[in-house]
Amino acid sequence: MTAPILSILRLSAVSELGNAEPILRNVSLDLAPSETLGLVGGSGAGKSTVAKALLGVLPRTITITQGEILFEGRDLRTLPRRETRAIFGDAITLVPQDPMTALNPSRRIEAQLTDGLRLRRGMNAREAHKRALELLAEVHIRDSERVLRAYPHQLSGGMRQRVLIAAAFALEPKIIVADEPTTALDVTVQKQILRLMRQMQEAHGTAVIFVTHDLGVVAQICDRVTLLFAGAVIESGATTDILSAPRHAYTRALIAAGPRYDRPDAGLKPVPEALVAELRLEVEGVGR
Amino acid sequence: MTDASASSFLAASGPSLASRRLRALLAEPKVIIGGGLILALIVIALFAPWIAPKNPLDQDLMLASLPPAGLAGAEPSYYFGTDDLGRDVLSRLIYGARIALIVAFVAASLAALAGTTLGLLAGWYRGWVDGLISRLVDIWMAFPPVLLSILLVAVLGAGVGSVIAAIAIIDWTRFCRVVRAETMAQAEADYVTAARAIGFPPFHILMREILPNVVPALLALVSLEMGIAVIVEAILSFVGLSVSSDTPTWGGMIAEGRQFIHQTWWVFAAPLAALFATVLAFNQLGDGLRRALDPVLRR
Amino acid sequence: MIALAILRRLLVALVTLAGVAIVVFVLLRVVPGDPIAMMISPGASQADIAALRAHYGLDGSLFSQFAVWVRYALRGDFGTSISLHRDVLALLGERLPATLELATAALEFAVIVGGAAAIAGAMARRTWAEPVIDAVNGLLLAIPDFVWALALVLVFGVVWPLLPLTGRVDPSVSAGMTTPFYFVESLLRLRFDVFFDLLKHLALPTLALGLPLAAVIARVLKGALNEAMAQDYVLLARLKGMSELRLVLQEALRNAIGPTLALTGVQFTFLIGGTVIIERIFAYPGIGNMAIEAVINRDLPLIQGLVLVFAVIFILVNIAVDFLVALFNPKLRHA
Repeated sequence: MTAPILSILRLSAVSELGNAEPILRNVSLDLAPSETLGLVGGSGAGKSTVAKALLGVLPRTITITQGEILFEGRDLRTLPRRETRAIFGDAITLVPQDPMTALNPSRRIEAQLTDGLRLRRGMNAREAHKRALELLAEVHIRDSERVLRAYPHQLSGGMRQRVLIAAAFALEPKIIVADEPTTALDVTVQKQILRLMRQMQEAHGTAVIFVTHDLGVVAQICDRVTLLFAGAVIESGATTDILSAPRHAYTRALIAAGPRYDRPDAGLKPVPEALVAELRLEVEGVGR
Repeated sequence: MTDASASSFLAASGPSLASRRLRALLAEPKVIIGGGLILALIVIALFAPWIAPKNPLDQDLMLASLPPAGLAGAEPSYYFGTDDLGRDVLSRLIYGARIALIVAFVAASLAALAGTTLGLLAGWYRGWVDGLISRLVDIWMAFPPVLLSILLVAVLGAGVGSVIAAIAIIDWTRFCRVVRAETMAQAEADYVTAARAIGFPPFHILMREILPNVVPALLALVSLEMGIAVIVEAILSFVGLSVSSDTPTWGGMIAEGRQFIHQTWWVFAAPLAALFATVLAFNQLGDGLRRALDPVLRR
Repeated sequence: MIALAILRRLLVALVTLAGVAIVVFVLLRVVPGDPIAMMISPGASQADIAALRAHYGLDGSLFSQFAVWVRYALRGDFGTSISLHRDVLALLGERLPATLELATAALEFAVIVGGAAAIAGAMARRTWAEPVIDAVNGLLLAIPDFVWALALVLVFGVVWPLLPLTGRVDPSVSAGMTTPFYFVESLLRLRFDVFFDLLKHLALPTLALGLPLAAVIARVLKGALNEAMAQDYVLLARLKGMSELRLVLQEALRNAIGPTLALTGVQFTFLIGGTVIIERIFAYPGIGNMAIEAVINRDLPLIQGLVLVFAVIFILVNIAVDFLVALFNPKLRHA
């Protein structure tokens, strides 16, 4: 594999609340340029925490106790604010989870879409406007003039998410962090959005970290996947490998637990409790 | 029908709600500070004849315009100095507290009573009752309060009673709005629906179910209103429309002191400071009550 | 439809206004002390007294008096002032601009100072400065305009006699002003000597009226700003690399103004009501000062006119606030 564009090394974090519970235990992962990496886990597994740590927006209740986050060789944790401010929003951007709350209800779409273009690329209003129209076309939004003039509440959830995706790709970033961007959408819209993201990613050659709890999503668009449980990495590798020949029992159970839309009467097989408990003990041993 | 209330069935076991609230109250510093100051003021006002060093009405032109104790030319027994008629400022200040507190407590209580009653009615019956009362509130609030109070006192004639009546007549709207909103919100609650299903008459429900839940917000508002009442009384006596001119009032002292402010600033400053401290105390108390009794803010 | 909403509001306003007029009318007729009796000279005949009574519209039953008054009022005739012997409407027209200037100045002061304090407070979020700002704000909130005015009189009258304590303008300076709107006129005619004299006289009353409102605005706006800053879109904007100040001003502020206006709009009507006593304390020649005199003199027609003017201002302010709240909420605009 070529030199990774992003390396997270032995990242550990604890919660400030209550009993100082470990949130992340020695998490390591690599992201190659132009690849889509799935960051998978159930709720509380720590995948959102990893993403937030990467972006530097961890809540005050969580502290990082060790580890490095290397972007193009530089540790984001130790860089001065001025330099990280230059990176985020430009070389590293975010597609947020909830399109309902991620757009400012009092600003028009055009303003929010062209922020980065005008701030970072020094475009004037006309240039930014033209580029914004191009971006909207890329995410398959027709009637782009009207959308630019609109306010967020005038657009559907799917449209808003497309706008957010367009905004994330606007500055040709090297890495995009997608934090469960389809969770808040209708199932029918989800597939479209996922396909769109894959298209954009291939067209622009961007590396994407896709945070999700859904293995189905991973199967659809991720090249490689890293599986988290209770803050520790359980398994990691190429998607096809992991899904066809999972090494860990938990992974197997997760795959088996996915609903089979082709066999609706097959029923659901949740991950067995005993397995989860056993895994917990194993993981906590690792953390110590 | 037994003397029951649906909410008491649903109330948690353990220390009663009242004692829990009392404890929350005493833990809030603003309540202690504000309440303590007010208590001290009440004591001072009650025992004025024994606490005040001189008779507040005694004039002695030989001792007129003396500065407060400690400054050059002062008479040691006149701690805050004297006014242009030789009256002891401190004693007048102490007696002035009486008027201030009487007005505060009575006026605020009356305003609360009237406002709460109308608020309960408006919030419970809604429909045309609410329409009528809300329209009344709108009309009332279209008047500048100070102007209306001056007008009312002019109509009713000078005196403590008029001042109290004027304040109550003007400020009931404040309570009405809050109680109306609370009542409307509470009327949707499950335990009220339960009470109605059991068949309790509206008056019973209002008194036993809704009113007790409105009381915490009311208490804070009453404290605030007392502070406002003290100010309105001061304004009225400043303009010369309150009690007769021999009874000392803080507002009256301020007005008198204003005339000779350059020569005898203490006559102006002392009652102003007293006024300020009293209003602050009522505000802190009200603020503390609101925090201590608000179920949302409580940890 | 916006037009329909406005129409509805105006109708409600009219009803309220009518209610105010009726209340004042009834109230004043209950006044002990016959203003006519105070005006007549001894030895006046019954006919003279009756004529005087009729002239001031004080004869006939309560009902007929009100009907007469309404008929004249709709024509713009509010009668003659008993104490000042001049047309009520003219008197109001003379004094109202001064009060409007004062109220506007106080409002501007409150918005600027309160707004700046709120923004500073929001930027100091979760630092040591925040509880300090909150505590000071809490203290200032408790001080009403009356106390501010008196404290200012004490400070600037005794301690630092820098500013004039009474009046609106030095008459020797303002000679030559043609309209009662001194402020605007002096600027337009570039009479800066008048302008600065006006400012000097406006300073203390403006502070007294504006500081309580500033404290309220600071408290409410800061709360609204903090709430906006906690939203997801601010996080996204922060990741785009915006500075904290830019975040507050560009992203949070426009979402915070609506809720702030809704809560502070009514405070502005308190400010207007406060002009009554503040103008008295600073001997400022506006309608507030005139109102107190009118009440003391039992000048019924004048009181009537004054109360109506205040009521109209209150109602207009309320409508304006509602309109502004809708303006700042795009969802309401398109609804």
